[in-house]
Amino acid sequence: MKIQFQLNGKPVQAEIQPDTILLDLVRKMGCKSVKRGCETSNCGLCTVWMDEKPVLSCSVLAARAEGRRITTLEGLEKEAQEAGRYLAEEGGEQCGFCSPGFLMNVLAMERELDSPDEEEIKEYLAGNLCRCSGYMSQLRAVKRYLNRRKEG
Amino acid sequence: MIQAKEYVRPSSLEEAYQLCRRRSSVVAGGMMWLKMENIQKQTIIDLSGLGLAGIEEDEEQFRIGAMTTLRMLETHPGLNQEFDGIFRECTRHIVGVQFRNGATVGGSIYGRFGFSDILTCLLALDAYVELYYGGVMPLAQFAAIPRSITERNILVRILIKKDGRRAAYRTVRRASTDFPLLACCVAKKGGQWQISLGARPQRAKAVVISENEESCGAEGWEEQEAIRIAKEGVKAFSFGSNLRGSGEYRRVLAELLIRRLARQLQGQGEAGSGMGSGREQSKNGTMTESDQSRKEDNRR
Repeated sequence: MKIQFQLNGKPVQAEIQPDTILLDLVRKMGCKSVKRGCETSNCGLCTVWMDEKPVLSCSVLAARAEGRRITTLEGLEKEAQEAGRYLAEEGGEQCGFCSPGFLMNVLAMERELDSPDEEEIKEYLAGNLCRCSGYMSQLRAVKRYLNRRKEG
Repeated sequence: MIQAKEYVRPSSLEEAYQLCRRRSSVVAGGMMWLKMENIQKQTIIDLSGLGLAGIEEDEEQFRIGAMTTLRMLETHPGLNQEFDGIFRECTRHIVGVQFRNGATVGGSIYGRFGFSDILTCLLALDAYVELYYGGVMPLAQFAAIPRSITERNILVRILIKKDGRRAAYRTVRRASTDFPLLACCVAKKGGQWQISLGARPQRAKAVVISENEESCGAEGWEEQEAIRIAKEGVKAFSFGSNLRGSGEYRRVLAELLIRRLARQLQGQGEAGSGMGSGREQSKNGTMTESDQSRKEDNRR
């Protein structure tokens, strides 16, 4: 079956199977930032935006993308680079496998929450697992990133 | 992984119902759990074309479409104001924001999972389910039906009456975002306490306990009443063991949670006396009844 949707701002068409998963589709279409980490709807590595909301692409049927706006890290290059720089500076970038999904959720949080405090940040990002960092470096990076305009 | 040969997004409930009557079909909610099942089906039925993702509120009730996401419950101002923030409390520990943007209330309720925070919460509110075949029925009745018998039906909406009840919710989790070890919701309406316990680890159910009016007004009666309700409450439930904890541990936790939530509700007063006032006070640094009882619990 054929579907049409927006991928990173561009209208695209794709030929899919009825049971194709969105994660596999966007990877096939070149968005290799999207990772499969757990297979149990748990790790957040496959996070993409569907109509600007972060979702687990491992749990979304590709057919449901019909007519929707799908955004991956590839479509947010400039922001992702900036946030990623803070992550690297704070030592939050270790093996790097979880970073794309993590950054997608950080950028979604920035849009959804107004000046979140530490507890709100932790709660919003709790669905993004990382097996290297222990999260402290990531938390420092996120706080610095959100306050970057004050930091100058 | 789930496999299917056909994907259909019906444009009417009747079409969805006719399709779902075939054993070779499966209805997809948020697909969070379904996609992990190792099953092969002819047809996946996607209910996302029926306008069922949304919460309608009027003077008397909330009508929650089956495709409403858990995140929508979590962030809905009306629902949370009416029921003292329990929709935020019963959803915010579930995996992560991305998961809750996908998982649907229909999936949670139709699945009647033992670990369900949503089922536990709604059972304390006297909610109703609206089924395409069979109409409206009390959620408690629906939740008690073994899954296989009602398998071929479409859950359309959840209905919750605005009956002035106060409610409080809490879970115990081994780790943040894990399944609950125990889930507890307590509601109070007039002289009736409604207690719902889930993840025992069996499916949630609810019981009603009447207030002991004679004890009213004596020195420390509220604390005594909360203790009595908790003791009476746990007697109505069975508790099982699994990897997360033993039945005995769950029973002890259940009694504690019921008592704390009852104290919290006593502190908030009766219906209509300022929505969620306890929480606002807490933010301003004033000790609430719930904070007080927590401290007392810590001392014991």
